[in-house]
Amino acid sequence: MIQNDLPAIFRDFNPIEDKMLQVIDNEGNVVNKKLMPVLDDETVTEAYKQMLYERIADEMAISYQRQGRMYTYTPNIGQEAIHIAAGMNIREEDWLVPAFREMGTLLAKGVTMKEMFLFYLGNEHGGSFKDVRHVLPIAISIGTQFHHATGIGYSVKYRKKDEVVYTFIGDGGTSEGDFSEGLNFAGVWQVPVVFTIQNNQYAISVPVKLQTNSINLAVKSVAFGIPGIKVDGNDFFAMYLAYKTASEYARAGKGALLIEAFTYRRGAHTTSDDPSKYRGKDEETRWGLTDPLIRLRRYMQSKGIWDIDEEKLISAYKSEIDAQFVEAENNKSYPWQDIFGHMYTDMPDELKRQKMEYEQFLSWKENRR
Amino acid sequence: MSVMTMVKAINNALDIKLDEDKSIVIYGEDVGVEGGVFRVTEGLQQKYGADRVFDSPLAESGIVGTALGMAVSGLRPIVELQFEGFTFPAFNQILSNVSRMRNRSRGKYAVPLVIRFPYGGGVNALEHHSDSPEALFAHIPGLKVVIPSTPHDAKGLMISAIESNDPVIFMEPKRVYRAIKQEVSEEKFTLPLGKAKVVLEGTDITVVAFGAMIRECQKAIAMAREAGISVELIDLRSIYPIDRETIRNSVRKTGRMIVVAEAHESFSVGSELIAVANEEAFLYLEAPPRRVMGFDTIVPLAQGEKYYIISPDRIFYEIEKSVKF
Repeated sequence: MIQNDLPAIFRDFNPIEDKMLQVIDNEGNVVNKKLMPVLDDETVTEAYKQMLYERIADEMAISYQRQGRMYTYTPNIGQEAIHIAAGMNIREEDWLVPAFREMGTLLAKGVTMKEMFLFYLGNEHGGSFKDVRHVLPIAISIGTQFHHATGIGYSVKYRKKDEVVYTFIGDGGTSEGDFSEGLNFAGVWQVPVVFTIQNNQYAISVPVKLQTNSINLAVKSVAFGIPGIKVDGNDFFAMYLAYKTASEYARAGKGALLIEAFTYRRGAHTTSDDPSKYRGKDEETRWGLTDPLIRLRRYMQSKGIWDIDEEKLISAYKSEIDAQFVEAENNKSYPWQDIFGHMYTDMPDELKRQKMEYEQFLSWKENRR
Repeated sequence: MSVMTMVKAINNALDIKLDEDKSIVIYGEDVGVEGGVFRVTEGLQQKYGADRVFDSPLAESGIVGTALGMAVSGLRPIVELQFEGFTFPAFNQILSNVSRMRNRSRGKYAVPLVIRFPYGGGVNALEHHSDSPEALFAHIPGLKVVIPSTPHDAKGLMISAIESNDPVIFMEPKRVYRAIKQEVSEEKFTLPLGKAKVVLEGTDITVVAFGAMIRECQKAIAMAREAGISVELIDLRSIYPIDRETIRNSVRKTGRMIVVAEAHESFSVGSELIAVANEEAFLYLEAPPRRVMGFDTIVPLAQGEKYYIISPDRIFYEIEKSVKF
């Protein structure tokens, strides 16, 4: 059962009626004044800077991949408002159970670009996030993370911790059984989990209309008895409000919630993907007008609080990010023993034998030289 | 004849069968407009229409489960699962239903279904994109498991798989997809399922491999030849049913065998082949049959993968060790 004191936005933007929470429009005009979250100018500026940082880091990652200096990468371009709004609400003790397109939220939890780069350079140490509190590794097997988040939610509740769990999935992922099962468990167990669907309109090449016959994705919450809301994912203020409201609800022990962040994957699915195969330039241009950075900047400009030398900032970010990339790129330390070392608490004899035989082969190879 | 990659050869096989048999449908994630992430189904939706070649929702269990429904009711579905690492949501359908329907219904319902997916490592991929799970499927009674190593074989085996009245797991070595080009007939032809191929005859040692490892073995065999060792190379082609006869004849002749495969060594196809060698050629053996296979570890990401994947060096080392035993 959904709690009676459901936050107003979840009532006012009922997904059954296909309503979408929006605070500013594409021009940065406030369209829903009473919903504008109370944020001081510094915080708004900080939000923009974080979104910009994610954008620049993303563009640089794509460029490193194109230069052949990095392997397959999953771009975030266009989805920064979601990541940063979540990141500004997620606390150190809260859990982040990522899919694989939430870089800004990972950064907010304290993950560094160096780690991200190391991961995409093909080193497991980059993807372990082992120095950051309460962040699970990236989940590539689609949808499986919904169950993990729910399980962590149960654990949090059982251990009476003041922690909220945040997890993400894409629009395609909502077709997987684990999506529905995870929400169902979360509904039954009333766990403090904020589920986000990043509806970026495509699962690689497949558009949302081929994933579901539902009117929207937030409406799927109804069947599981948890509150759901569709939010303009390119509107920072709407996303911020949604996360603030949802995290307060979850923290108060009232159960899980589902947020559909309606957005657009402006880039490719991965650097191996070519969107021109399945969508037109017109569509990309149209969605480009809703870009979260442009919108927030327009809002700040019209409000007279724009005080960022963007060119200077970009150039500072670029050199900082490049330094992190170079550090990751120069990290050549991947001892062969490492592939055996993390399989079990105590290495089984069988694995020790395989390791020893490999060592014998390596010394044979060395002697042959 | 025409020069084809494995991608093109499989595409050509699908094209021939779609044209010939109206009961065939193809679906999966991104197989329609996009033509598959590896372009194996490229152009087929345009040619045969979206009711025969189409994108499905992103749900592997749904893809395979609905294919079973189609297969028992007059269609012959061919489904693509995008990568081997994403087959597991469908494992319940495959193991609990697809493989069992014929037996459960005492032959009333057959499941003429091909489940095809790329597998294997060596392409610097993210996690779940480098695994070789053939043993997991080969262990399930009721399935056939096929792995081609060349464009020509891929075409002939695919057509046979589609014509099989029982479900076939068709695993495509992604590392080979575009790495080899070969003259392949544009006409329809089939290759028998359950038959291995002697790629190269030799007298000193039998090397059994399949998929992407065939090429690596050929490189190792060139090294062995320089060392004066005569190697017989067998391409298994069909994991199940396994071709016992070809293994028997070869091992009885050479007295030595190594199995080369990317998968984890324990409880593997390599283990099975050694059982065959022991059962069929025990008194002929001059050295213990060995597995030259992946470790019992997770396939590492790109930086560590070079330690995991089987190099020609390592195959030659094992050939020499066996011959000198």
